[in-house]
Amino acid sequence: MTIKAVRNLRRISQIIFFGIFFWLILKTTFEVNFNPADPSEIRLPYPVSIALEFDPLVALGTILSSGTLYKGLLWSLVILIPTIFFGRFFCGWVCPMGTLNHWVSEIPSERLRRKGVGKIRSNRYMKYQRIKYYVLLVFLGAAFLGSLQIGLLDPLALLARSIGTVVLPMLHTAANGTLEWVKGLGLPALASGAQSVYDTVAPLLLTYKQSFFHTILTIGTLFLIILALNRLFTRFWCRGICPLGALLAIFSRFSFLGLQKEEASCKHCQLCSLSCQGADDPEIGRKWRQAECHLCLNCQASCPEACLSFRLFPNQEVTPANPAGTPQINITRRKAALSVGSGLLLFPLFRSGDAFAVNANPRLIRPPGSLPEEEFTARCIRCGQCMRVCPNNALHPTLLEAGLESMWSPILIAKIGYCEPTCTLCGQVCPTGAIMELSLQEKVGDKETPPNRIGTAFIDQGRCLPWAMATPCIVCEEWCPTSPKAVYLKEETVFDSKGNPVAVKRPYVDPHLCTGCGACEYACPISDRAAIYITSAGETRSVENQFLLEKNRKKAPAPRSTTQQSARN
Amino acid sequence: MRRREFLQKAGKAALLAAGTASAYGFFHNRSTARFTPLTVKTGSFEVPPDPTLPRITLSKHEDPIAALGYALDAVGGIKRFVQPGEKVTIKPNIGWDRTPQQAADTNPILVGEVVRLCLQAGASEVIVTDVPCHDARRCFIRSGIREAAEKAGATVILPQASDYITTDIGGKLLTTWPVLKYFVQTDRLINMPIVKHHSLSGCTVAMKNLYGILGGRRSQLHQKIDQSIVDLAAFSTPTLTVTDATRILFRNGPTGGSLDDVAIEDSVICATDQVAADARAAEFLGLSAENVGHIVLAEKTGLGTIDYRAAGYKEITE
Repeated sequence: MTIKAVRNLRRISQIIFFGIFFWLILKTTFEVNFNPADPSEIRLPYPVSIALEFDPLVALGTILSSGTLYKGLLWSLVILIPTIFFGRFFCGWVCPMGTLNHWVSEIPSERLRRKGVGKIRSNRYMKYQRIKYYVLLVFLGAAFLGSLQIGLLDPLALLARSIGTVVLPMLHTAANGTLEWVKGLGLPALASGAQSVYDTVAPLLLTYKQSFFHTILTIGTLFLIILALNRLFTRFWCRGICPLGALLAIFSRFSFLGLQKEEASCKHCQLCSLSCQGADDPEIGRKWRQAECHLCLNCQASCPEACLSFRLFPNQEVTPANPAGTPQINITRRKAALSVGSGLLLFPLFRSGDAFAVNANPRLIRPPGSLPEEEFTARCIRCGQCMRVCPNNALHPTLLEAGLESMWSPILIAKIGYCEPTCTLCGQVCPTGAIMELSLQEKVGDKETPPNRIGTAFIDQGRCLPWAMATPCIVCEEWCPTSPKAVYLKEETVFDSKGNPVAVKRPYVDPHLCTGCGACEYACPISDRAAIYITSAGETRSVENQFLLEKNRKKAPAPRSTTQQSARN
Repeated sequence: MRRREFLQKAGKAALLAAGTASAYGFFHNRSTARFTPLTVKTGSFEVPPDPTLPRITLSKHEDPIAALGYALDAVGGIKRFVQPGEKVTIKPNIGWDRTPQQAADTNPILVGEVVRLCLQAGASEVIVTDVPCHDARRCFIRSGIREAAEKAGATVILPQASDYITTDIGGKLLTTWPVLKYFVQTDRLINMPIVKHHSLSGCTVAMKNLYGILGGRRSQLHQKIDQSIVDLAAFSTPTLTVTDATRILFRNGPTGGSLDDVAIEDSVICATDQVAADARAAEFLGLSAENVGHIVLAEKTGLGTIDYRAAGYKEITE
């Protein structure tokens, strides 16, 4: 097989893996035509979070922060072990974020047309490429003490979050708007044509209901900046920032596969540097940098004299004209130690603020089955899978509700969507076990065990129609899904403004029965700020965030440890 | 500046000024109304009264299909209600994410059987749909109705945002409201409620089930629940009401959730009089229809008869 054929294989591989990743995100939803095997307990048909389970950085980060490797994360060895022997093939051949950066870098423009010295110079190794090691080491330092920050910049978590909570909802809005606009033009043929295009595309790309996400602006802006930086330097993110790339670079130190340079026939045309993706200096006369190389094979394929070739156990003898030997990763021990040290310092910094526990936001309502906040922060990678899969659009990325430490972690906003009482999808898709996988019985409870509670409902008597406005309304009670109902009514006679008696039923909440699902808040007719609302008080996952004496409340089951959990699965 | 250059420039500038001004003039003071409500109902769904037949029948049988068969035959049989080539919409209660045993949604066996009968009578298409409270995907699957209706040959439709039509309900309280188009653009409408307790209206059976044809923030309707139910019943006028009392939810309605709230009654009601049907169904819950606000108001409005025995009532027990 010629090198050009191998390069085409690499291109096909990039397309396929990007396609798989995108398809898995599309499938992280409750599809309309979905026909589950067991209708009483609905489970997704595909292991949709599998792509994230192949991520070695997620695996290493959660090992450091939580001391365990959650179920499917063992898959990440499939990436990590071959990297040790063959180098960063993941970056060049597999990573969907890398592929996206690759494509955006290659969109024709002024910069690419120049094809001159500037482009070659920008593709040479530069100091900014060390940043990614600092990012990695800072995150690993923080993870070691229990604050998992890798998800902010891990490429797979970042891409899943950006596509799931920004790109696809935007596409939905744009598609609806376009359809509406075409229909408004008043041409029936065009309108029905547009409708049929929409009806074909919608089941493939759009969710059953349009989702609206909190703080999509921050997520979208970061994503846009990362993509835009490719227009300054080819794959700037992959070369300079990506902590997963840095991890794989470190693991590729002893790689068998490398670049062999034959200086004799080189005419110094520099075509190799012109097309280099990793800025790893394949050019003769410069030291090739194994750790920076994405194995895209462009240099070998573009060399007209066949001086460059990737082979197992390459001859990397050092001569003045061919300093081919692989240098160490270009950071000093002192700077590495300093990075880890600042990562460690992040932990007391985060935890000395008030948002973590002391003054936790009462509206910080975590998904059902979430671990206690400390363990939750040690596991959540903010991939947004739970938000994407939630059938009610109830789960959203936080901005600062859980402090800066947990930005973009999931929060339930009941005003937009409540927690469907029998739904367990968020726990099913969580790749790291920050949200435990609950069975239906664990979620709704039975006569012996209480249900999983995410909070408790409270009534705002000043806004409630029967409490404040002499107007009948029982909607919160009607919607309350527990049996017996946690929202109960008491009939009372009140007087309207003219002094006439009005019989109303006033709602009350029984905290022993309330699960905090938020259906009452969602359904309350006062939609801008509901007269009944949930806060996190009484959530199952917390020992401290309780307000009733234990004896009044059915005893909660001992929290299952995650190791038992993974054994069961 | 040369003369030619000046004239060219001045001409372009004048054109731009005229264009801008006329565009502003065109848009100035246009009507701010975004849409106008439509009256879109294709006609009355009712069949002409037949004095030789009872207006309400009830059959008790352990097998729900048999119970339905006896009750339906006594009220005239499916051929009285569905003519060959007609499009039929069936409105079960699929409001809640509950299993059939929990009795919050209509019995899927009955829905499947009515679909089968309609197709047997020559219906061109049978649509089964509802606007649920809980997430539609979960409700349709877990209630068992989607599977049962599809097996019997119906088109089951999960409502989409674009499926609603702003409709003139023409009621005292309900004027314009978004209605799911399948409930107004059809030839026949069969209402298939289940008998349930409701803390505000006393019971939710046939007429209250029609809340489910509406979109929008219908939680506001509870502030004047009796009038809004009657407005909807007067607007909707179903061809036939098939009330599922095979098992009823006698407390913690309309959501239920516990089997302790469910009683087995093994009964099916068929009626051409929705008021009579609800009056009879209320008795399952230990209520007297005279004390149920919306049933009384419906009779006053002329929608039917509370005294169902006088209206022509036949009970079949095998």
